[in-house]
Amino acid sequence: MTVAPLEIPDRQKLWPWLLGIALASIAWVAVYSQLSAGAEWLVAGFGLSRQTPFGEAVHFFFYDTPKVLLLLTGIVFVMGIIQTFFSPAHTRTLLSGKRQGVGNVLAAALGIVTPFCSCSAVPLFIGFLSAGVPLGVTFSFLISAPMVNEVALVLLFGMFGWQVAVLYLGMGLLIAIFAGLVIGKLNMERFLEDWVQKILAGQTAHPADEKISWSERFQAGGRHVREIVGKVWPYILLGIALGAGIHGYVPEDFMASFMGRDVWWAVPAAVVLGVPMYTNAAGIIPIVEALIGKGAALGTVLAFMMSVIALSAPEMIILRKALKPTLIATFAGVVAVGIMLVGYVFNLVL
Amino acid sequence: MQEFKVLGTGCANCRNTIALIEAVAKEKGIAIRLEKVEDLPAIMGYGVMSTPGVVIDGTVVHAGGVPTRSKVESWF
Repeated sequence: MTVAPLEIPDRQKLWPWLLGIALASIAWVAVYSQLSAGAEWLVAGFGLSRQTPFGEAVHFFFYDTPKVLLLLTGIVFVMGIIQTFFSPAHTRTLLSGKRQGVGNVLAAALGIVTPFCSCSAVPLFIGFLSAGVPLGVTFSFLISAPMVNEVALVLLFGMFGWQVAVLYLGMGLLIAIFAGLVIGKLNMERFLEDWVQKILAGQTAHPADEKISWSERFQAGGRHVREIVGKVWPYILLGIALGAGIHGYVPEDFMASFMGRDVWWAVPAAVVLGVPMYTNAAGIIPIVEALIGKGAALGTVLAFMMSVIALSAPEMIILRKALKPTLIATFAGVVAVGIMLVGYVFNLVL
Repeated sequence: MQEFKVLGTGCANCRNTIALIEAVAKEKGIAIRLEKVEDLPAIMGYGVMSTPGVVIDGTVVHAGGVPTRSKVESWF
């Protein structure tokens, strides 16, 4: 392999990126504005009519798939760039020594923009604590980071409009802040596993901060797209296909009888049902949209979605390595209560 | 001989990091010792907060995500 000369000035590397981004943006807008026409054209091209269930399902699929994938690619690219400004180490420095309250709000907000992977939840958790971030504040971060993520927000925006996306963002932050405050007030530090308590007395490493150039930030954006979109597209296709089926074939108001807003037990049932399920927002939201179209209440369905994302059994098994069962149960209980409250509020308001 | 340790709990990024270091070492024809550290208390002992992390001869040189190829090359 030939090694690229290392001394290309950054400015020169930047031009291809800027040009590429400009062209991609134009193409993006052009395609996005023609989605509905394109779907109609395809449905007609197959000799189908939107009056038939099958035609309606096909239209749903060919309209929603490109729309969601376009939105996702754009936003994930931007998020990849934003995340280069927020490393976990940086976030930790911002949060260390912060008091309850202010710290919880800040932690929940930083949870949106800090890169986070549930496989490093435990190291992150301990890293925060060892730097003097209070337990409750750490939990606010740990709840917000997976729940309020760009994939969920993009899909909600694409399928329900910006109001629902903003509402989800606000409610997700509120749950993270509220749960963190409650856990902080309960003084549960003694329910950390013994090896964690020992480490907390030890040292922390500080890998030197590196200067990041803009072309590297753009590269990070591109990498983020490959990572996220590359991982979730099959779920999105599957989700939309399922959603399309429901859209075309399930009778109107079918869901109203057991997922409608008058059914009081639907919200807790949705939360409980969500715990053993582990999927990403991408797979679940298209199904969610179709259910709502058939009369399911938005609050109930969102509670289900939040529960699937924030209260997953696999993540709790990972956290079990560092937390004693009492603390895990408290964490799950507080978050579940928060999600149920959000479900009821949505059902009441909308 | 340089001694590399890749810290991580076995996620895909950790395996990619190991593969990348191996590939670069092979390309450069440099023999290294490469070890995978999966034990959480051991990982935390290095103070690394986001995995995968890379340790060379006892010093943490990288944490969080797969390192870029040019970064790996600079380690040799």
